[in-house]
Amino acid sequence: MKTRSLTLRRNTDRLVSLISATAALFGIAMLAWILGTVILKGIDAINWEFFTELPAPPGMAGGGLANAIVGTLGITAMAVLLGVPVGLAAGVWLAEFGQQSKRAEAIRFACNLLMGTPSIIIGIFVYILLVLTTGSFSGFAGAVALAIIMLPVVARTTEDMLILVPGALREAALALGVPRWKTTLDIVFRAASTGLLTGILLAIARVGGETAPLLFTALNSPYWPESPNAPTANLTVTIFNYAMSPYDDWQTLAWGASLLITVSILGTTIFTRGILWYRSKS
Amino acid sequence: MLRRTHLSLDPAFRWLTLTGGLFVLALIIAIFLTLVEGSLPALKEFGFSFLFSQNWNPVTEQYGALSSIYGTLASTFIAMLIAVPLSLVIALFLVELAPPQVSRIVGGAIELLAAIPSIIYGMWGLFVFAPFMADHFQPLLAGMTPGLPFFTGPPMGIGLLSAGIILALMILPFITSVTRDVFAMVPAVVKESAYGMGSTTWEVMRKVTLPYGIQGVVGACFLGLGRAIGETMAVTFVIGNRHEISASLFSAANSIASTLANEFTEADSDLYLAALVELGLVLFGVSVLLQIAAQWWLRRTAKRMGASR
Repeated sequence: MKTRSLTLRRNTDRLVSLISATAALFGIAMLAWILGTVILKGIDAINWEFFTELPAPPGMAGGGLANAIVGTLGITAMAVLLGVPVGLAAGVWLAEFGQQSKRAEAIRFACNLLMGTPSIIIGIFVYILLVLTTGSFSGFAGAVALAIIMLPVVARTTEDMLILVPGALREAALALGVPRWKTTLDIVFRAASTGLLTGILLAIARVGGETAPLLFTALNSPYWPESPNAPTANLTVTIFNYAMSPYDDWQTLAWGASLLITVSILGTTIFTRGILWYRSKS
Repeated sequence: MLRRTHLSLDPAFRWLTLTGGLFVLALIIAIFLTLVEGSLPALKEFGFSFLFSQNWNPVTEQYGALSSIYGTLASTFIAMLIAVPLSLVIALFLVELAPPQVSRIVGGAIELLAAIPSIIYGMWGLFVFAPFMADHFQPLLAGMTPGLPFFTGPPMGIGLLSAGIILALMILPFITSVTRDVFAMVPAVVKESAYGMGSTTWEVMRKVTLPYGIQGVVGACFLGLGRAIGETMAVTFVIGNRHEISASLFSAANSIASTLANEFTEADSDLYLAALVELGLVLFGVSVLLQIAAQWWLRRTAKRMGASR
């Protein structure tokens, strides 16, 4: 073995430490740069009108994104209603019934594939499935696309959370003659409720900022959302359209929408992480 | 009587939840079949030449995916080139160097990078990062490497290089967090014996931690790769959207995902739409293959690490 002087080894060690600390600092600096930009540029657009008014035509001062805010909330709510129950069901089956069976492995594998599928592909799928067949872009199609993205996330976190519930709890309930479905819904779910909630919140945070699956499904609209069967205004596609437009007013609005989206999503994420952290501590 | 009604609900409950699981399975198959069916006209018209032609012209109805495929691969490659070493050293910092308090805060901050939506990276990339690249980084790079074809041409800010760097930032948290977990799994006893022999932190890292965790790190890279390859909005904002392959990384290009995002709603003929859906099929195929490779690799690793304990 080659012998190296201790000084050389120590200095190499110091150099590597320095590089790795710098890299970590670089990561944080980039986060700060991005968040700083969004806050500084977005804050100008945030005012009362931003939350209450429809967008103004280009060139005219004022206007807000009230319709897009309502639209995004509506689409996300519909997606939760569609995606969460199915995801919960799948998670329950994997944890309580499927366990290590071949069929369960196949479903888990499908969940992972779906999670790894680029969201724009989901957009194309829903476009062919719902937009081409009905002949119209719609908020409902957008919600379906988001629901498909949420589904595997909810399924896998549900499974993980249910597995953490001690088996003795199930056995105790079953021994008292409580039927299986009631054991799961009343006892296992109650024991895992915080975990299930955080899983759902994280899934919402994940789809809340999605743009690609909405581009060809919900599209966008300058009007108030009136029906789930028509193109629906939403924040993320609005950001895309306005950022690419040559009008300064619109670009400012796009920054305002970016700030709103970022704050909501990071807020949800940090809140959820906080719950998980607090729970693991106690 | 009551007990009997309860008993009869259990199979129903079981089947209901199973339906949820099977639905996921059915979705994956449905997505594949839908994409195949949607791209049939283009498949028939162009066959394999679709993958190898650079000619993308909606006016003459000629469609070739090569420039999009090249852009996807090149931007992903740049992203991996930056993100993998960076993630490794950050994970080293988090596990071996930083005090636990610092490690938790820094680790949390890095993970927040993953929570920022893609479109925000796009906004920042287009309006802040691209001008920065054009004014400072690209001229510097071009000046440092005279004669290299990769860094030539006007520094516009947007283009393959900028897209690759932003992608690197986006996948950094994924690779870092898996790598960190893998490094943390190395048994303390093994590390302590190396320290006890007088090794420095770097030597323990290079000769103990890294060999022990290398397979997990490779798995983490697969995951990052899968993320980067289908990333849409951030890339669409900064890549420049041009259907041509150029040696320079400064030049505008496109990727499969950015082509889809830009042109899908504009597709006015059946063949145009089919060509775009076929692009989607290519992307879906690649991401499925990557996922399968990643799963297989991680499973193998888990088995080996389990056996070695």
